[in-house]
Amino acid sequence: MLYTRPKSLCDVPLHFCPGCSHGIVHRIVAEVMDEMGIVGDTIGVCPVGCAVMSYDYFACDMIEAAHGRAPAVATGVKRSRPDKFVFTYQGDGDLAAIGTAETVHSATRGENITVIFINNTIYGMTGGQMAPTTLPGQVTQTTPYGRDPKVAGYPVRVCEMVSTLTGTAYAERVAVDSPQHIRAAKKAIRKAFDTQAAGKGFSIVEILSTCPTNWGMTPVQAVERVRNEMIPYYPLGVYKDITEVADNDQ
Amino acid sequence: MTSEIQLAGFGGQGILFAGKVLAYCGMMADREVSWLPSYGPEMRGGTCNCSVTLSDEPIGSPTVYTPDILIVMNEPSFLKFIGNVRPGGCAFVDSTLVDSKSDRTDIDIYEIPATAMAEENGLKGGANIIILGMLLKKTGIITMEEIEAAVRKIVPPAKAQLIENNMKAVRLGYDFS
Amino acid sequence: MEERMLMKGNEALAEAAIRAGCKCYFGYPITPQTEIAAYMSKRMPKVGGVFIQAESEIAAINMVYGAASAGVRAMTSSSSPGISLKSEGISYLAGSDLPCVIVNVERGGPGLGGIQPSQSDYYLATKAGGHGDFSLLVFAPSSVQEMADLVVKAFDNADKYRMPAMILADGLLGQMMEPVRFPESYAPQPEKPWACTGHGNAREHNIINSLYLVPEELEKSNIERFERYERVKRELCLYDNYLTEDADIIVTAFGATARIVRSAVTMARAEGIRAGLIRPITLWPFPAQAYRDALSTAKAYLSVEMNMGQMVDDVKLAIECKRPVHFFGHTGGIVPTPAEVLAQLRAINEQIGK
Repeated sequence: MLYTRPKSLCDVPLHFCPGCSHGIVHRIVAEVMDEMGIVGDTIGVCPVGCAVMSYDYFACDMIEAAHGRAPAVATGVKRSRPDKFVFTYQGDGDLAAIGTAETVHSATRGENITVIFINNTIYGMTGGQMAPTTLPGQVTQTTPYGRDPKVAGYPVRVCEMVSTLTGTAYAERVAVDSPQHIRAAKKAIRKAFDTQAAGKGFSIVEILSTCPTNWGMTPVQAVERVRNEMIPYYPLGVYKDITEVADNDQ
Repeated sequence: MTSEIQLAGFGGQGILFAGKVLAYCGMMADREVSWLPSYGPEMRGGTCNCSVTLSDEPIGSPTVYTPDILIVMNEPSFLKFIGNVRPGGCAFVDSTLVDSKSDRTDIDIYEIPATAMAEENGLKGGANIIILGMLLKKTGIITMEEIEAAVRKIVPPAKAQLIENNMKAVRLGYDFS
Repeated sequence: MEERMLMKGNEALAEAAIRAGCKCYFGYPITPQTEIAAYMSKRMPKVGGVFIQAESEIAAINMVYGAASAGVRAMTSSSSPGISLKSEGISYLAGSDLPCVIVNVERGGPGLGGIQPSQSDYYLATKAGGHGDFSLLVFAPSSVQEMADLVVKAFDNADKYRMPAMILADGLLGQMMEPVRFPESYAPQPEKPWACTGHGNAREHNIINSLYLVPEELEKSNIERFERYERVKRELCLYDNYLTEDADIIVTAFGATARIVRSAVTMARAEGIRAGLIRPITLWPFPAQAYRDALSTAKAYLSVEMNMGQMVDDVKLAIECKRPVHFFGHTGGIVPTPAEVLAQLRAINEQIGK
């Protein structure tokens, strides 16, 4: 197998930390755009968070959104240019804390966009604070004694939440902790873009990801944490898929 | 010439509609026109009032404070506004709904049992337009042609029978002595 | 010209926006501007446009950000408290050099305030539309006709200078009806080669962004933007003078208040008081020169506003405090009356006569 840079990724060095999953996810999103031949017909919206500079990485037209607002921005783009592919790329703080309303309402409107959601249970760019997805007991800069649900509440399970909404067409949780899971993740991203191509509505792929820097782990330990702690709390799988259902049966 | 008109009554009496008819009349005559409703919670059930100005000059304040012409269709509005009418001006009072009298002698007060007349003539809700008919006759600031054109303009084509009802109401007021 | 139509200010504004090529409207209900959203919801589907009632003011302004990024004319409208919420998005629009129109049909504040007419967002519109160094084009209509005309100017100039434009109106203008005439033809929209429309493998990818992590790059972008602002100040100061040529007293007011002041000036002239009105139509750029020009005859200035005195600062700056600048205003939704303004003019006239 020959590994070359996907054409949908710009030829610039990525700034992500060693062992961080963002690089892998960028690559598989770009591979999907390559396979579908849509980089010239795609507009991406990037978040505030570690992926803030994705506009320099993805070779499609890119828009930087305010923190949490990417689904609203994507809504504006998609409604203006319904013939283009529109995706957002967001982290957990962006999507499930400050931007919860935008996420939930773009889903319930059935906005025909694709959301790539990085869940690494922590705020990365600001240096490791509690995220809405931080696991109970997890130590972060702002939960120094471990996340105590009595004080800080419980993690948000995004796929479960948005799959209750009629407007959500496709929701799947994947991980990128092993080659096998990475292949499945790419398949899910492809399916999400296909869902958009078919005009079925809101599609989201939640990707359990690593953050060795802010977890205080080696890359190998971080991958093990995804496997041993995150997947049990955030089970992988398809949470919603109406792509095979005829439109009038929804 | 400038006519500053204030209309006041309860929500649902067609105060704003009557104001709109006047404004359209002014527009039909190619005059400067402004129409300003009271808005907010008072729209719901409480008192409702509306300022209309017809002028041959650009209109400054769209709010009418001292009307040349006052139309009042309930007791609270009568008590509140009758004192504001400009000396030499006039007031049209729906005497079915207003019992109070004013002791002002510097204005003309025209009483008309418009609400009762509307009911007797099968024109429920037409009291506002009956009063406009009387206003037309007494002040001459608008004409029968303008009011008919205005009504035709406002009433949607699907409700064409309302045009005839409205014009019937205008004539009732016009013929009331 | 088309025939005159009797319309509410809010509706005339919405209709004019559509005729000016507004393709997307995103909004959230708030009194006293809801007629704009209602009108858009009725008309947009008929003209192939987009109407979305957003989940929040914040979402609405960010939908505008998305549509503007995609190169189409987009608009949102709200009233004062809603504009506070939008200020994040407004800053991002300015920082990304995106054209759009934001309508503020002001109500009283601070906080929840009231729903009656107010002009207390002058500072917000002209000085502090959001965080960071930036300005908005700010247009202050004073009639229903101007509600229509200025929204067209707002779109045209927003595109021309690549910056957001605000229509600063108030509940009085939004709710009142006056005859309005819409122009038959409109200036063509400029090309937007910078927009994110999908590059079709025919050009480099476009990026809409306000993030500059290198200090020198951020400063450079700010300096470039402010050079553009200087051009706007030279090219786009709009105002209206009424009886100012020989005026002892220059009264100034914008928006609905200017109508009341105009009535008061006419009344004052009838009494022999030489008063004149300067009505700024653009609040940013502020037509400072108009105030300086009046120095040749003016002995005093008076600013009348529906707030506690906000524009009065800009008048003082414009004339470098060379004359006394008085203030008269009301807040809370109380509209100053011509008689009240006349009383102010009489008092000032007496002072300057001494």
